[in-house]
Amino acid sequence: MSWFQKIMSSRIRTEGGHKKRNVPEGLWSKCPSCEAILYQPELEKSLRVCPKCGHHDRLTGRARLLNFLDEGTAVELDAGLEPEDPLKFRDTKKYRDRVHQAQKKTGEKEALISMQGQLKGRDVVACAFLFDFMGGSMGSVVGEKFVRAAHHALETRSPLINFASSGGARMQESLFSLMQMAKTAAALKKLKKAGIPYISVLTNPTTGGVSASLALLGDINVAEPDALICFAGPRVIEQTVREKLPEGFQRSEFLLEHGAIDMIVDRRELRDRLANILRLLCDAKNPPREPDAIITPETG
Amino acid sequence: MTNNYLDFEQPLAELEAKIEELKNVSNDNSLNIDEEISRLQSKLKTKTEHIFAHLNDWQVTQLARHPLRPYTLDYIRLLCQNFEELHGDRMFADDPAIVGGLADFRGQPVMVIGHQKGRDTKSKIRRNFGMPRPEGYRKALRLMKMAEQFNMPVLTFIDTPGAYPGVSAEERGQNEAIARNLMEMSDLHVPIVCTVIGEGGSGGALAIGVGDVTLMLEYSTYSVISPEGCASILWRSADKAPEAAETLSITAEKLKKLGLIDEVIQEPLGSAHRDPQSLATTLGDRIEAHLNQLKTESPETLTQKRYQRLMGYGVFREN
Repeated sequence: MSWFQKIMSSRIRTEGGHKKRNVPEGLWSKCPSCEAILYQPELEKSLRVCPKCGHHDRLTGRARLLNFLDEGTAVELDAGLEPEDPLKFRDTKKYRDRVHQAQKKTGEKEALISMQGQLKGRDVVACAFLFDFMGGSMGSVVGEKFVRAAHHALETRSPLINFASSGGARMQESLFSLMQMAKTAAALKKLKKAGIPYISVLTNPTTGGVSASLALLGDINVAEPDALICFAGPRVIEQTVREKLPEGFQRSEFLLEHGAIDMIVDRRELRDRLANILRLLCDAKNPPREPDAIITPETG
Repeated sequence: MTNNYLDFEQPLAELEAKIEELKNVSNDNSLNIDEEISRLQSKLKTKTEHIFAHLNDWQVTQLARHPLRPYTLDYIRLLCQNFEELHGDRMFADDPAIVGGLADFRGQPVMVIGHQKGRDTKSKIRRNFGMPRPEGYRKALRLMKMAEQFNMPVLTFIDTPGAYPGVSAEERGQNEAIARNLMEMSDLHVPIVCTVIGEGGSGGALAIGVGDVTLMLEYSTYSVISPEGCASILWRSADKAPEAAETLSITAEKLKKLGLIDEVIQEPLGSAHRDPQSLATTLGDRIEAHLNQLKTESPETLTQKRYQRLMGYGVFREN
């Protein structure tokens, strides 16, 4: 506290004044990692990655997909699905009210958005969890939308890409939520058997039941830098083992080191890298035909 | 051994102690107190019926965790012959929190797999309180693949508080191990009959719980999160666990009504541990009936139906 604040009478002094933002809402923001002051339009342009330190700020849901797919190619799928409340679940609030609140806050109906579109000219189906919608939790609608997206990928024989960001299964739908883990995993088995690539992009955070089902079942698992990816969260583990966890535990780099993911990719390079991976995967099966390559006579 | 009685069972504990005492007395001398004993026994029965007719969901949760409740190896012993336990995931270790192996079930070779808890302190620790690590799930998957190879049905027994939340389990890919089981079980080409015998704790339970039929014992539970866990997140107090248990709808009866499980297996009066033999017979009959039905399906129809079943989970509306 400065000497000037000290001599102010406590009646006019405002506590925690140093935290107060003096800038108009929405124009400038502070990087939570390096505390650099960032100009919003510039930050959006760099896909919410801090140009100074490379911190990946959250980019989920619709914004994620629209940034990822080729401009003007995205068509939303199954937009009409909305949650029900089969258990009439009620804690300190009603589940119904929590859903309404989340819908109002995000302008979306549920925590997963799915679209078909193109990635560098290749037809793909892509889904993205919306973390701001009840922590990106997976209930009946999220499971159903994911499965329908997978079926759409199957029918159109186009690769499936998912951007995970989720706290796990949605408690308020209890066992219905748990069963979505089995449901989504089963749909992915169909893709595998049909030889259709599924790329799972793990973003901060991907935990619990979503990590223990669709998010770690990618033919290729890609993580963004420094994303928390775990089954049991750090706090739960700390309570169980009663010790402080090592620095970097359950972060992308830790998972890469332990063999759980294929690679870590900077968000600004995702489009290029995934397009390249998909090209390699898909062309292996249907190599671009070069006439002389087909009729090369075998020797020996 | 009153610590083997739950709070709401205390009235039964007292009656049982009294009966036991009288029996000892009647052994010692020739006094005819049989009448008194039978009077107390019928009182015990009425009392038990009364208590068990009015259980709330939190009490059922406690019964599912009852220290005397039969565990997987008990059911294997009661239901099967010639059990050959198989160990290890061939990659890292053997996880004693999941047991599995070959056995005869009513004249049919089967693969049995289940969570296993310990009875005394030492075995509880060895079994890690029934909380598997990734190697447990990987062992289970290895055994299921073997069952597929030799065309034998799989019987699973679910009884876990959940997958183990520890540093080493995370390092070795707890989530991947669970996810892979869910995926592979959905397409295993042999019948899978799953029975929840105690606690069905979230992903750790489901990881051996994807199949053609899900049975639940009357006083078992199946949930996405423990009532305590749910209460401490949503109410910010684990004391609200009874409320959470109620609203989570985790009992066999409620889950049957919601269409999430196929059948409730009635337990003997006073719950499973009072008469494991009779319960095993009831359960065995039901498993056998389902197996006989499933065995008539071709592998393709079997997995197709299983897929349809999985796709049917969920309640939502579409505009």
